[in-house]
Amino acid sequence: MELLGLYNYWVFAILLMIGFYAVIAKRNLVKKLIGLSLFQAAVFLLYITMGKVDGGTAPIFPEAGAVVFSNPLPQVLILTAIVVGISTTALGLGIVVRVKEEYGSIEEHEIQEIDER
Amino acid sequence: MIVIFGIFLLTLLVITAIAIVRTDNLFVAVMLMGIASLLIAANFFLLDAADVALTEAAVGAGISTVLFLGALALTSERERAKSSNRLLSFTVVVAAALIVIYATFDKPRFGDPEAPAQTHVAPWYLEKTPEYIGIPNVVTAVLGSFRGYDTLGEVFVVFTAGIGVLFLLGGGGAAGALSQDKINEGLRHHLIPRVVGRVLIPFILLFGLYVQFHGEYGPGGGFQAGAIVAAAIILYALLEGEQRALSVLPERVLLGLMACGPLLYGAVGLAGIVLGGNFLDYSVLSPDPVKGQQLGILLIEAGVGISVTGVLLAIFHAFAARGR
Repeated sequence: MELLGLYNYWVFAILLMIGFYAVIAKRNLVKKLIGLSLFQAAVFLLYITMGKVDGGTAPIFPEAGAVVFSNPLPQVLILTAIVVGISTTALGLGIVVRVKEEYGSIEEHEIQEIDER
Repeated sequence: MIVIFGIFLLTLLVITAIAIVRTDNLFVAVMLMGIASLLIAANFFLLDAADVALTEAAVGAGISTVLFLGALALTSERERAKSSNRLLSFTVVVAAALIVIYATFDKPRFGDPEAPAQTHVAPWYLEKTPEYIGIPNVVTAVLGSFRGYDTLGEVFVVFTAGIGVLFLLGGGGAAGALSQDKINEGLRHHLIPRVVGRVLIPFILLFGLYVQFHGEYGPGGGFQAGAIVAAAIILYALLEGEQRALSVLPERVLLGLMACGPLLYGAVGLAGIVLGGNFLDYSVLSPDPVKGQQLGILLIEAGVGISVTGVLLAIFHAFAARGR
């Protein structure tokens, strides 16, 4: 049970590195952005995992009675981060579309070849 | 039981992520990304983050998929090249993963109420929210009032990203205006999507408004509502053709919404100064400080919702117009 509790963190590490692999090893620009989104999602998972309290509920006060709440602060951070994340991803996609229009390709090495000519 | 369910979802998530990286069909990768977002959202729900789960489901599984598909339509669906330096990248990634996993053994146990993150400032917010703000949802209270500066900054980041996309892709519609009729039809000739869409869209919009104005009492708020409303209008654009969606909400209105949100937010902040308080101090907005806080949060959440809707729709139309 002790080790089971760390499972969330292990998934965070693996997911983070899967995303990072796509960013460094893939040559397709859209695939790199997908990798970046996975990387982001892993960070979100880490924050929300750290805010969880045993036997807690979502931090919304019920009509009556006292309950244990999970930590609201990581949730606030990640909530805004998700929306900012999609905005920056959209900006990245905009740049990729412009690159395609100018170079006719979204593969990194082909773009470099055209640049070197 | 919940622990086992969580482990099941997380394992599925890892499998999905591996499949996303391995496939060379980008369309498949984007669709799997939507599934991954939904799995993460379900996980957030298990981890007591209802607000975050709602945002991730609306933004990650909905809007993000549409934007990626829009970009794929303008670029290509297949990944042509093999990965570069596969062995080296793989070694680096595995080594880094092992280091991070080794580091996790020093982390406080999952759900430990005595962990430093739980004992530092979080109890103060949980204790003082009823007294200072008087609304049940602590996440909204922190987002809107205690950390109002942060949220204002985030709104400006969203706004700036929207402007950036419009700079990159806007104003390019003229060259392709000839073939307009073909694409603008949307799915109008397909009966089933059209009927289902017509039934769904009003309810999605209604749900968006509920999430917007119920954010103080339950999970919800401007960020989620903005994404949901934008999703409803994007669905309309996909079903009825982009032209029709633009006649409902013309581009000029969208630009207005984009600017209106941050302006409304900033104006509420300035109103605090004018009435003798600090910037973004809502207590002075009403004779009763708690009522003032509630009014302030309602207004800034409206600003956030307007801004997010405007930006997401403007970005969507910028991608769609490029395809013409």
